[in-house]
Amino acid sequence: MGKPSDLVQGTLDLLILKTLSLEPLHGWAIAKRIQQVSGEVLQVQQGSLYPALHRLEQQGWIRAKWAESETGRQAKFYALTAAGRKQMEAESANWSRLSAAINLIVSEA
Amino acid sequence: MSTRILDRLRMNLRSLFDRHRAADELESELRFHVEQQTRENLARGMAPEEARRAALRTFGNPALLRDQARAAWSWGWLETWVRDLRIAGRTLLRAPGFSLVAIGVMGLGIGANVALFTTVRGMLLRPLPFRDPNRLISVYENTNDQFQFNSVSGGVFTDWQKQNRTLAEMALLSEDDFNLTSDNGGLPEKVMGASATWNLFPLLGVEPALGRGFTADDDQRSANGTVLLTWGLWKRRFGGDKAVLHQTVHLNGQPYTVIGVLPAWFYYSDPQIQLWTPIYHDKPAKLMQELGAHNFGVVARLKPGITEQQARADLSLIVKRLHDQHLDNPFVSRAANTRTLLESMVGVVKKPLYVLLAATGCVLLIACLNVGNLLVARAAARQKDIAIRSALGGGTLRLVRERLIESLLLSTAGGAAGLALASGAVAWLAHARHEMSRIEAIRIDGVVGAATVGLVVFCALVSGGLSTLGAYRRPLLTSLQDASRGSSAGHGHARMRAALLGIEVGLTVVLLIGAGLLLRSYQRLRSSDMGCNTENILTMRLDLFGRKYNDQAKLANFYRTLLERVRALPGVDGAGFTRAVPGQGYWGDNSFTIVEHPPLPQGVMQYAINRESDPGFFQAMGIPILRGHSFNSAYGPGDPGQVVINASFAQQYFPQEDPLGKHIRYDGRNWEICGVVGDTRFAQAEPPRPIQYYSVYQEDLNNGSLVIRARNDVEQYAIPVQRVLASLDPELPVSNVMTMDQLLGKSAANESFNATLLTGFAALSLLLAAAGLFGVLSYIVAQRTTEIGIRIALGAPRGQVMSRVLLDGLRPAILGLAVGLAASAGLVRLMASMLYHTEPLDPVVFAGVGAMLLAVAVGACLTPAWRASRLDPMQALRTE
Repeated sequence: MGKPSDLVQGTLDLLILKTLSLEPLHGWAIAKRIQQVSGEVLQVQQGSLYPALHRLEQQGWIRAKWAESETGRQAKFYALTAAGRKQMEAESANWSRLSAAINLIVSEA
Repeated sequence: MSTRILDRLRMNLRSLFDRHRAADELESELRFHVEQQTRENLARGMAPEEARRAALRTFGNPALLRDQARAAWSWGWLETWVRDLRIAGRTLLRAPGFSLVAIGVMGLGIGANVALFTTVRGMLLRPLPFRDPNRLISVYENTNDQFQFNSVSGGVFTDWQKQNRTLAEMALLSEDDFNLTSDNGGLPEKVMGASATWNLFPLLGVEPALGRGFTADDDQRSANGTVLLTWGLWKRRFGGDKAVLHQTVHLNGQPYTVIGVLPAWFYYSDPQIQLWTPIYHDKPAKLMQELGAHNFGVVARLKPGITEQQARADLSLIVKRLHDQHLDNPFVSRAANTRTLLESMVGVVKKPLYVLLAATGCVLLIACLNVGNLLVARAAARQKDIAIRSALGGGTLRLVRERLIESLLLSTAGGAAGLALASGAVAWLAHARHEMSRIEAIRIDGVVGAATVGLVVFCALVSGGLSTLGAYRRPLLTSLQDASRGSSAGHGHARMRAALLGIEVGLTVVLLIGAGLLLRSYQRLRSSDMGCNTENILTMRLDLFGRKYNDQAKLANFYRTLLERVRALPGVDGAGFTRAVPGQGYWGDNSFTIVEHPPLPQGVMQYAINRESDPGFFQAMGIPILRGHSFNSAYGPGDPGQVVINASFAQQYFPQEDPLGKHIRYDGRNWEICGVVGDTRFAQAEPPRPIQYYSVYQEDLNNGSLVIRARNDVEQYAIPVQRVLASLDPELPVSNVMTMDQLLGKSAANESFNATLLTGFAALSLLLAAAGLFGVLSYIVAQRTTEIGIRIALGAPRGQVMSRVLLDGLRPAILGLAVGLAASAGLVRLMASMLYHTEPLDPVVFAGVGAMLLAVAVGACLTPAWRASRLDPMQALRTE
């Protein structure tokens, strides 16, 4: 396996939304969760994670709240908004269609 | 969905107004992340210090990350722009000399362009202020090759009006001078006016501001005289008093009732026209039916859906029919011709304006290149600074943007200066050339403002873009090493600057050649041989209207007394009277036959310019009498007719014979040729044409120029001569008192104007190019101080060093010169129609420009080269 970190452009948003659809998390936990769930295949670079979070917040897909973390420190927790949920559903449907299509071609060859 | 909009709004507002808190929060969010990571590392069993360092390492560049996160905020772009602006402003303020020069150069370039663009837009692009102006055309007769846009004769107009199927309406008009006197006191004055068919104003869609317009009833020979005043005349002569309506004024001694005042904005064809009268009332009925007397202008409105071509074809058909019905009259045209109304008003200035616009475009490009050049020099000086910033993670885009903002700031300041300059220039132009058609339409407005902004952006992109080009491609390490040890630095920059300089020189050469051609053409024009004396000759125009001059005997008596008294003034060498002096225009011609020659075949015409002159005119004007003699001054209308012809006339109509004693038939009688005089030109740019002179004592002439020749200082006779005139007739207005030199100068005003402006632009760009050469070479020398020092220390002769540096500077100049000359050779063809007796490829101009440019280039390069050869090697080596 080559560099594990490179995410397909635009899929990071979907991953974040999906991760947040279960429960509100702070940035570090989001990265961790994505890494764990993907079986260490996907590593989210901080360099992309935080700009992405701020962008999603600007767009109103997610909302941030300062709360106490599991370690007792104040941390910024992100939660999905109603609009974000809709967006996630649209994007994941889109993704399924796309990946199925790519899969068809790749396995054919 | 609505909550989402609210969310976004909240975020936007917060990131705009609560930046500090937002920044703090971002900071602690990122810090929290690092802490979490450290904690995890510790849990994995790392030592505390190492755990922290590993966490930071995975985290990457925190500054960059912070920037990228902030960039996601919706106002992030504003923040970075403001910061970049601040940085650029500070950088520019730190080098005020550089900034001022750059702004000045940009200001000149932008100013010249905005001024010219304003002029072009006002005169050529803005629609005429009439109703539906795109459907208005000017109609002409197409008589032959020489007169493709000939004036229209009254009879042809009548038939056009009756028979055409393509025009909604058409109007006839003619410009005339009027002697204006009014009962309410006020001096008599000569004003330029015009007469037109009654429908001209409705056709153009113009309503009088006061009173009423003409009606069909006013426009008849039998109607009472009516006149429409222009706003200017009404304000000036009648004090803007509404009581002027229904009052009577006298035009050429005839009573006219003022029926209305035209709106202030209105003028057609010539801004100097001050009043309008109905044409069929003013002109003799016979003239209005003539088919071959081309006297009038025609304005028409196309029917909806009809093109100009269709109208031309329709009207041509009608003239052709008339032509075929009157084969005995050789002056009836065969076809019609048309132009759009706008073209007919500004057609003559179109080409010069576009040439000037192109010239200012070149100046602007040169200005941009120059500023770009200055910026390249600064980029070179800041190479190290930039390299360090790149090494610290400064994105190329970011650095480029900073430079662009810097040049944008410069060109914005330049644009502001340019706009001020342009408004000054436009005001000056409107004042200096107030007689130009449509000059009043020139003003700075929103579109001009937008164009200025466009120019500013263009300048910023060109000059800023040039300075960034290639500057950020160099490998970082080389830059850093380069900058620390300057011996071979900046070669790339130097090459870039030399290339820019070559282009600059090339453009300058094109401008210089254009200016040189116009100047040479103007010089030729002014030195063209008029065929008469042009020094110490005074002219003034007289118009003899009214009862005092209504027959031949009264006129002859007036001329005799006037000339006698003027000739008697001490110091006056001669005096004469003529319809028009050389250089004063074509005025008129008439057809004739030669009695001794076989009759002309049907449809062939023979015509020549005619001039009525007194017998002493030739002597006063200094026109040589080649053969025979002038008119017998004792002869009157009842005596045998005499005519004097010029050399061209003799050559054309009597090629193999002696014209003296032959007879010309004209105006129903025979005229014996009594003399042959030298050729004169009716206009400076026109070759001599055949002219026939008749005696003012034998032919009617009630307006013309009085010519006075004196031994010296002829202008001092203006007052005594006018005193003589006043003693003869105190009510007689005198106009255009000018020396022959002034008269010719005025008639070449256009050429002088174009040549002066273009020369100004060319001089400006030459200055810029010289400054550019000087700057680049000084820079190269400064860069190579160490190298030159080593050469000198190793024994290179100073002369060799100097010539080597000189060549370095001259290379781009010579390259630019070659390119410029080649480009000019192609481009000047476009100017050919603006040139008088000057070939576009005039070798003197091309050689002169080449020599001048080389001289200036050598001059600009000499100082840096000399300085290089004077370098003290010890000092040079120590500078590092």
